[in-house]
Amino acid sequence: MAGLHRTNGGGRIDRKKRLSFTFDGKSYEGVAGDTLASALLANGVHLVGRSYKYHRPRGILSAGAEEPNALVAVDRGDGRSAPNLRATQVELYDGLVAESQNRWPSLAYDVGAVNGLFSPLLAAGFYYKTFMGPRLLGSNWAWHKIYEPLIRRAAGLGKAPTQPDPDRYANGFAHCDVLVVGAGPAGLAAALAAAESGARVILCDEQAELGGSLLSEWSIEIDGVPAAAWLAEAVRTLAASPRVTLLPRTQAFGYFAQNFVALAERLTDHLAKPEPSAPRERLWQVRAKHVVLATGAIERPVVFPDNDRPGIMLADAARTYVNRYGVRCGSRAVVVAACDSGYATALDLRRAGVDVAMIVDPRPSGGSAVSGAVKAAGIAVETGATVIATRGRQRVSAVQIGRATSGTWVRCDHVLMTGGWTPSVHLFSQSRGKLAWDEAAQAFLPASVAPGQSQRSVGACRGAFGIAAALEDGFAAGGEAVGWAARARDFKVASDVADFSGVLGASNPGAHESKAFVDFQHDVTVRDLKLAAQEGFRSIEHVKRYTTTGMATDQGKTSNLNALAIVADHLGKPVPAVGLTTFRQPYTPVTFGTIAGASRGDLFDPVRRTPCDGWAQAVGAVFEDVGAWKRARHFPEGSEDMHAAVARECRIVRSAVGMFDASTLGKIEVVGPDAAEFLERLYINPFQKLGVGRCRYGVLLNEAGFIIDDGVIGRIAADRFHVTTTTGGAARVLNMMEDYAQTEFPELKVWLTSTTEQWAVIAVQGPKAREVLAPLVEGVDLDATAFPHMSVKAGRICDVDARIFRVSFTGELGFEINVPADYGAAVWEAVWREVQKHGGCAYGTESMHVLRAEKGFIIVGQETDGTVTPDDVGLGWAIGKSKRDFVGLRSLSRPDIVRSGRKQLVGLLTADPKLVLEEGAQVTAEAKPRVGTPALGHVTSAYWSAKLGRSIALALVADGRARIGARLNIPMPSGDVSVDVVAPVFLDPKGERLNG
Amino acid sequence: MLLIHCPYCRMARPESEFRYGGEAHVVRPAEPANVSDADWAAFLYMRANPKGIHAERWRHVHGCGRFFNALRNTVTDQILRTYPAGTPQPALDAHAEDGR
Amino acid sequence: MRFSLFSLARQALGGHARWPAQWRSPEPKAAYDAVIVGAGGHGLGTAYYLAKAHGLRNIAVVEKGWLGGGNTGRNTTIIRSNYLWEESEAIYELSVKLWETLSDELNYNVMYSPRGVMMLAHTVHDIQVFKRHVHANRLAGIDNEWLTPEEAKAFCSPLNISPKLRYPVLGAALQRRGGTARHDAVAWGYARAASALGVDIIENAEVTAIRRDANGAVEGVETTRGTIKSKKVGVVAAGHTSVLMNMAGVRMPLESYPLQALVSEPVKPVLSCVVMSNTVHAYISQSDKGELVIGAGTDAYTSYSQTGGLHVSAHTLDAICDLFPTFRRMRMMRNWGGIVDVTPDRSPIIGLTPVPGLYVNCGWGTGGFKATPGSAYVFAATMARGEPHPVAAPFALERFTTGRLIDEAAAAAVAH
Repeated sequence: MAGLHRTNGGGRIDRKKRLSFTFDGKSYEGVAGDTLASALLANGVHLVGRSYKYHRPRGILSAGAEEPNALVAVDRGDGRSAPNLRATQVELYDGLVAESQNRWPSLAYDVGAVNGLFSPLLAAGFYYKTFMGPRLLGSNWAWHKIYEPLIRRAAGLGKAPTQPDPDRYANGFAHCDVLVVGAGPAGLAAALAAAESGARVILCDEQAELGGSLLSEWSIEIDGVPAAAWLAEAVRTLAASPRVTLLPRTQAFGYFAQNFVALAERLTDHLAKPEPSAPRERLWQVRAKHVVLATGAIERPVVFPDNDRPGIMLADAARTYVNRYGVRCGSRAVVVAACDSGYATALDLRRAGVDVAMIVDPRPSGGSAVSGAVKAAGIAVETGATVIATRGRQRVSAVQIGRATSGTWVRCDHVLMTGGWTPSVHLFSQSRGKLAWDEAAQAFLPASVAPGQSQRSVGACRGAFGIAAALEDGFAAGGEAVGWAARARDFKVASDVADFSGVLGASNPGAHESKAFVDFQHDVTVRDLKLAAQEGFRSIEHVKRYTTTGMATDQGKTSNLNALAIVADHLGKPVPAVGLTTFRQPYTPVTFGTIAGASRGDLFDPVRRTPCDGWAQAVGAVFEDVGAWKRARHFPEGSEDMHAAVARECRIVRSAVGMFDASTLGKIEVVGPDAAEFLERLYINPFQKLGVGRCRYGVLLNEAGFIIDDGVIGRIAADRFHVTTTTGGAARVLNMMEDYAQTEFPELKVWLTSTTEQWAVIAVQGPKAREVLAPLVEGVDLDATAFPHMSVKAGRICDVDARIFRVSFTGELGFEINVPADYGAAVWEAVWREVQKHGGCAYGTESMHVLRAEKGFIIVGQETDGTVTPDDVGLGWAIGKSKRDFVGLRSLSRPDIVRSGRKQLVGLLTADPKLVLEEGAQVTAEAKPRVGTPALGHVTSAYWSAKLGRSIALALVADGRARIGARLNIPMPSGDVSVDVVAPVFLDPKGERLNG
Repeated sequence: MLLIHCPYCRMARPESEFRYGGEAHVVRPAEPANVSDADWAAFLYMRANPKGIHAERWRHVHGCGRFFNALRNTVTDQILRTYPAGTPQPALDAHAEDGR
Repeated sequence: MRFSLFSLARQALGGHARWPAQWRSPEPKAAYDAVIVGAGGHGLGTAYYLAKAHGLRNIAVVEKGWLGGGNTGRNTTIIRSNYLWEESEAIYELSVKLWETLSDELNYNVMYSPRGVMMLAHTVHDIQVFKRHVHANRLAGIDNEWLTPEEAKAFCSPLNISPKLRYPVLGAALQRRGGTARHDAVAWGYARAASALGVDIIENAEVTAIRRDANGAVEGVETTRGTIKSKKVGVVAAGHTSVLMNMAGVRMPLESYPLQALVSEPVKPVLSCVVMSNTVHAYISQSDKGELVIGAGTDAYTSYSQTGGLHVSAHTLDAICDLFPTFRRMRMMRNWGGIVDVTPDRSPIIGLTPVPGLYVNCGWGTGGFKATPGSAYVFAATMARGEPHPVAAPFALERFTTGRLIDEAAAAAVAH
């Protein structure tokens, strides 16, 4: 038998399939169907963890997702480790390796337990009151250097993985008529009813098996058959329905607006040897027409002194362990039952051979409805009493039972407690439904569904307790969801427990409320809660934050309502007056990787590559990220570094010819009878009179008057323009144009099409540019007079239709060839062959930047930063002087825009010609400026100019144009640098090189 | 992930197909040169930003590409109406915000 | 009662029975010399400095919910001052200086932890922008240094600096004095200290109207707990500023967006600093409790719902998992939303309004926590004197009319 404490038969385990596992290095055996928790209990292991603050020994409290204590790390090797897993949710597999956490050197002998000695000091919020001195090295020194590191080391639970996660995660979207969350009796009935109508149904449940509480039922009969048989038939029926999707091991963790529900499905963690390529988990994003929440209820602990010793657990958990897993959690139990369900547990345990020493019921009259059966079984019941003390260091050994401060000690090896049941309204609340306090149920229950959601809560999560009620409620809701009005079905359930009401808060903390735990994981006691209230923290949100109750990894699933009741009681207020903390997603923790899914590496943000990219990769280009694009930055030859490669590329462009992949430039085809008028209203430049076949450098502002984009615009026909934008601005500019075309100027007949991806663009620049193109083009006269600078012609190149622009961003004779993207690579190679004949080269974005800077051309985003006007960068000339309006014009007359002292674009030449300034360096008037001296401006671009044999820089400087000829200062860590202010054109100010 | 009904495509599509466009019915002065700095600033920057029903612009950028307006309750994020750009803001009846 | 190890020990012996309430919960008086609307860190701090530095005693802070329950209690607690423009540098650096002594000042451990804030550069453009910040900050006497990828990795070992990353880390700007603080403690510390100076903190009092006299000047507020008269009203209500200012007939250049954050389950120390990346929209630090605290970008549309879409936090986790591949198996424990009020230039609005006696401090967007002490300090001075404190002056509402914006957004993508 795998585990001494295993029963001989029954349950949902396979006793023949033995599984070995280790916990803290020690080997144990469990069986198929076990969780790590049930397997440990089967081996008599109760001590499984240490608490967060006092490092108190802790055992397994629950049998499910609400577990606060039994947190373990599971390591499968190769980076597949995960901390803080609840042992109650970890399915056992052969070879599982689990470790306890937050203890040193071992779980049994944990040095951290010394904190317990200081527990009087470590009351709620103690850290806000101390750790502020001594102030030996400054006001905050002691905290930052001494206390905080100590606290950090003590805090935390498990250890984060140290290797990258090799696993894969999947993502699915789903639509359905009815999403049923929770496959207990209510959820199953809802799914059955909805499925009968042929609706598309998704039924999910966090557990490995569907069935919920039915999995732990031993004695109940439904419609004349045992619960297990009814369950099997229900699951069979659903599985046979083609329109029903069953998702076990799937936690609905988030409920968003408009019935959008996020589910996390565990796919491989339960397998001993998962397929390495199989996804570990899957995120489902479900849009459901209707949602049925059948999320059940969570049993509450009873708050009494030293209620946290290993062996003290929730009553229904013990019932689950014995009925579902065939595990007795001990041999002699005391049941503390403030709810009738505890009596049923006592009976089930007795039947399984556990000696139930006594039922203690804090309620004065006890569980009257069930006490008969219990008495018949010979179990002693003590009503109106509770546990007032417990003993046992690493496992409970006895409890003292009494009514005030005295009582009798009863020997036992486990204590089963139930304070009643808290409906799981987490998802309902996340959906923004309104909760209302129900005095009879002593619980917050769903009151009204939020607008825009179509949802019903059924069964225990809305206070409809008992199997029969859950089945009937679920069935009605399932039918209603698919439009069956008032169709009901009666379920006959034998041996059902009817009364699930309980007692909130502390049953009798007495004098030892400092050891009566409410939030187990965070060691929050009754005293802590009362102290918070005493110190003025009266809202439950304040109490929560001050004491940290409900903020542990279980997010207060077993503790929140007890804490609320204790605070309300202390303040003498009704529970709802103290408030309810907000329920936030996720219901239980969700792996980061599950949410991120396939979005990793290159799929994090899909890469855009140009048609000519393959060639650049093949020749060993170095790339940079610009927006989503990969752009070739330079083309090193041999062992060249970037500096050498760029110097060579620039030299060759100026002396011979270079080719450049400009395909990333945004391109928009602006078409229609009003196209010119439209551009006239958007850009600062005039366009009405631009001749067909001519180009203009366009500057685009936002309405605030600041430059946001620029580019060459060619008039292809009277009613057709080819607009280019910056690489990063393409989508933004198109959106802006669409906005104005559709909403501001709907009277204009103009249509916009993004053609960025339709054209491959090859810039050929340099004195030999014409010779390079001449053999390749047809039907285009490249002659200077026939094809002047700033003009565009349609023609053919390499037998491909092309738009050829004569434009220059280098100051050299230049052309930009636009060909359909599919031909881009072939045309590039053809041009490349010609370029080589003339001793030319390919150049990248870095050389492009240097070449344009030599000419003083701006880069939007480098010379501009969203605060720069056309006049600031010397582009005032481009503004159409007769224009009454264009986007941003009005803002150019605002007081701050017309004031003197604005920063203006200038050139800077360092006194030492070899020194290249750093981009972003500040400009001051004086050398050695005092700290706090306002800067005059900053260096926007700085390069080594091979052509000029010296460094150059562009800068924005206050009153810059008036300072031309002056000497200014660049303060650097290594010392000040003197610079002369010059006009921002370093080469060929008259533009003669444009003619080749 | 909101579900937004495009009045042109006449279907509800997920938020990721759309781009938010800010407050609707902000009128650009017909003669900007004639408005004061304060009025121009109001056009540029001042926004209602209401807690409640908000008339706002969306563009079905990964769909038909059209701009349209929506009335959304900014407390619940529920979209109550969508309507074409350039049409006046529709009145809402008393039951517009009822859940189903 | 003064907080110290000594008082803690003494109270422990007495079972902690004698700790007094940290702040009083008085009934509102009929009139005050100044009323602050909004009991977040900025509002409580304003009341504290009004009382401490300007001698006002008859002050109320009215709050519609519980104090510290807005963005003060919902943010990722990042503190830094390495902003670009001189106006921003002045106010954020004033703040950092106040943070450095705030625990002592308030006798409340706000756990200011200057563990370093590292901002990652992923593109050539990022490098240019961050170096511009580094140089500007050095001139202003604000620490901010440039790190190579290797130096960034040495400072933050779990960081992935592989050149194969979709957006490789090309360097980082590090402000060592940047860090984090305990957000709730800031609100509580200011509340306790202000209350001790006589400030009335009135919770659960929602302002329903701002009253103005015949000349249009402010004469008080109406709340769900009655009318409160005052000739000076300061609105410090973050995401709800537009709603409140609308009560006084003032339209604001604000939009309120949801901003999400999330925490992982707690683990032992694994991330020793704050890491931010504007390019991939993620920021992350580890709290004293051990949780990884992760901030996302704002949702796309204005909202007061305090929730956001899963796709927004998911995008942030994509980035976190790429930058920190060892965190991929960590688990999200809690995801929440706040409402941030965003201005067109991503800089705050502090100062006077067109309504005499009405002051406003808002528009901190996604970055208000770090500014709490400095913002409160200059706003208190502005309210006390009736004219802008010199550090607050550039942040006046008029800048939207003159065009003299302080555009941190344009310079650095997003101001976090």
